[in-house]
Amino acid sequence: MSTTTSTTDPRRKAPAGERVADWADGRLGIYSLAKTNMRKIFPDHWSFMLGEICLYSFLIIILTGVYLTLFFHPSMNEVEYHGSYIPLQGQLMSEAFASTLDISFDVRGGLLIRQIHHWAAIVFLAGMFVHMMRVFFTGAFRKPREINWMFGFLLFVLGMFTGFTGYSLPDDLLSGTGVRFTQGAILATPIVGTYISMFLFGGEFPGTDFVARFYSIHILLLPGIMLGLVVGHLILVWYHKHTQFAGPGKTNKNVVGMPLLPVYTAKAGGFFFLVFGFIAMVAGIASINPIWVLGPYRPDQVSTGAQPDWYMGFAEGLIRAMPGWEINLWGHTLVLGVFIPLVLFGLFLGVIALYPFIESWVTGDKREHHILDRPRNAPTRTAFGVAWVTSYMIMLIGGGNDIVATHFHLSINSVTWFVRIGFFVGPVIAFVVTKRICLGLQRRDRDKVLHGRESGIIKRLPHGEFIEVHEPLSQEALHTLTAHDQYQPAEIGPAVDENGVERKVNGTQKLRAKLSNAYFGEDNQIPKPTAEEYKEITSGHGHH
Amino acid sequence: MKKLSARRRHPLAAVVVLLLALAATGGLYTAFAPADKAQADTSAQSLAIDEGKKLYAVGCASCHGTGGEGTTDGPSLVGVGAAAVDFQVGTGRMPAQQPGAQIPAKKVIYSQAEIDQLAAFVAALGAGPSVPTEEQYSPEGADIAEGGELFRTNCAQCHNFTGKGGALTNGKYAPTLEDVDPKHIYEAMQTGPQNMPSFPDTTLTEKNKQDIIAYLDVVNSDDSASPGGLELGGLGPVSEGLFGWIFGLGGLIAVAVWVAARTAKAKKS
Repeated sequence: MSTTTSTTDPRRKAPAGERVADWADGRLGIYSLAKTNMRKIFPDHWSFMLGEICLYSFLIIILTGVYLTLFFHPSMNEVEYHGSYIPLQGQLMSEAFASTLDISFDVRGGLLIRQIHHWAAIVFLAGMFVHMMRVFFTGAFRKPREINWMFGFLLFVLGMFTGFTGYSLPDDLLSGTGVRFTQGAILATPIVGTYISMFLFGGEFPGTDFVARFYSIHILLLPGIMLGLVVGHLILVWYHKHTQFAGPGKTNKNVVGMPLLPVYTAKAGGFFFLVFGFIAMVAGIASINPIWVLGPYRPDQVSTGAQPDWYMGFAEGLIRAMPGWEINLWGHTLVLGVFIPLVLFGLFLGVIALYPFIESWVTGDKREHHILDRPRNAPTRTAFGVAWVTSYMIMLIGGGNDIVATHFHLSINSVTWFVRIGFFVGPVIAFVVTKRICLGLQRRDRDKVLHGRESGIIKRLPHGEFIEVHEPLSQEALHTLTAHDQYQPAEIGPAVDENGVERKVNGTQKLRAKLSNAYFGEDNQIPKPTAEEYKEITSGHGHH
Repeated sequence: MKKLSARRRHPLAAVVVLLLALAATGGLYTAFAPADKAQADTSAQSLAIDEGKKLYAVGCASCHGTGGEGTTDGPSLVGVGAAAVDFQVGTGRMPAQQPGAQIPAKKVIYSQAEIDQLAAFVAALGAGPSVPTEEQYSPEGADIAEGGELFRTNCAQCHNFTGKGGALTNGKYAPTLEDVDPKHIYEAMQTGPQNMPSFPDTTLTEKNKQDIIAYLDVVNSDDSASPGGLELGGLGPVSEGLFGWIFGLGGLIAVAVWVAARTAKAKKS
């Protein structure tokens, strides 16, 4: 019987949870980890959750994918189908196709899991695209986040190919056509094309190997790399801390928001289940890739409306829009009709991947940026991004030119010509229009800062003049509208140095000055109001 | 007479004269026009061909020529057979509303009896495939799986996997086959209407055609099952992608906005 009432009695046992934590801390050092990380702050904005959508759909894909591997047979052995789907009874097909039919009709929950897996993939890629555009248009890719931008870009590209190898696995007529398409693109590569094709397919197309090979690539190689990149991506987000929009109290050196524990743990954890639930609901409502009506792949069959999943759609568009040029020289054929789209495919993606480096070279800015840009305050970047998205979307139309033609009662040839012209003209128009809109919005911001918000109240002055009453903005709003930096265009410098000797200016410097002027020159950004301007106009003279 | 002549420059004079003239013309016409005798069908045994010829003269001759020899506006009908007429007129494609890349199916304006008469007339122009009988096109007892394979080999490249239709060059198209009458599917394969190639019995046997009809009946009719849920038009990845973007990602972004709008209470206190 103890007589002491002290709670710090060393003989009294600590609660079980504390003892477990102590044990773990002694081995893993979790206390210091928790101290620094549990109060990690994240800012609140719906667009910062786009990346979360991607992360969660990726996890959903992995979970459902594991279930599918339990029943899928990655084999091209020919079997006769005797499962429960009547319209394919007795048909010869590969084991891969037959096992996918079994997953769809004879495995408990198989069809739902298949559809969750596929819909999650569609959403994953679409989410990455929108996430990437959010990062692009807010300038979140600037120093120190260029590497993380590249990680994200690689995730998008690897996601495309993981998706492609995944939907090719069932060996159905639609995906088989897609694999044949890809083989065509490989063959169009000069010199190495035929070797790569023979190597990849283990001989002539389609052979009996590609499903097993794609299976390894789809479930092991690519997701493995992607998982690593996702982890790296998150570590870097953690290390750099999250960006935030400008606002009162928000600086380049702080993060204003809520702590990880308990707020974001609950929010993000809850959001995972919302995402999972939502995708499961979509998968329960809408059919995707109904391979049973597509039929097994046979190289002698093909269907109209044969498109890849949306994320490969722009590649399909490039091929569909390209005229079928080819060059025959010394007994060799160079299929430009396929090879040029293949090159464009790489270039088109490469341009957006390398953009952060191009912009930082033009601005010459070596500072860190943790405050996001409003898209209007970077008109040239925003216009470039919209132009890129325009080309992308036009190519998506090109990829679905037959569906567009039948559903809008157009000629497929007209649609193709629209795409051919639109691919070049569309981005130019989009660039100019977007830039004008951005500059207009900048002017409006300037007006709002200097003259206040239009209140809609019309007042008549004693001498008869009518004026509209302008309400001055709050200090917070004024700060938000004027917090951004504005660059000055880079100058090449005087043509001669201080000794009167002609300075050497190389082409790169000239190009940089030219680009810098296009970005930040007189007509390419509206100078934000200065404090002096604001004081002068609000001091009462000439104020309306 | 003086009265009349005095008023001949009255503003209403012209109207009166016009009315009188009209009344006179009308009166004369009713008096002398041939009486609309009830045309008793004096030749009760008149052949369907004769009736078809009359219908043809009214509805078809302007494009296909008075003797079915064809003009610059329409092809010759010699040898197309009754099946072609039954298909084209029976689906409302003919008579055409206007020339174009392809004549679409529309409301059928002839009764089946009239279509049969037209078919009889056209068949008389030259031998061609006749209208199939029900046991020829009935999907009863046909092999659905075989039909699917035949469909994917011969039809899917234009009509899509399950006959949802597809685009051809320059505004032409392969129409959807949803709920098309089995007889018309049979006739279309037999005669190759408009831009479609024909699949005579030497290419696709009667049994083959039945199999295809049976397959379409299972996968593309009002009551075909879609085990996966909404079919999304059965058009493949284009409509799936659109649905995924709008309802999948769109819905998730709406959820994200909802979550972000509900922030912790700590902010307010």
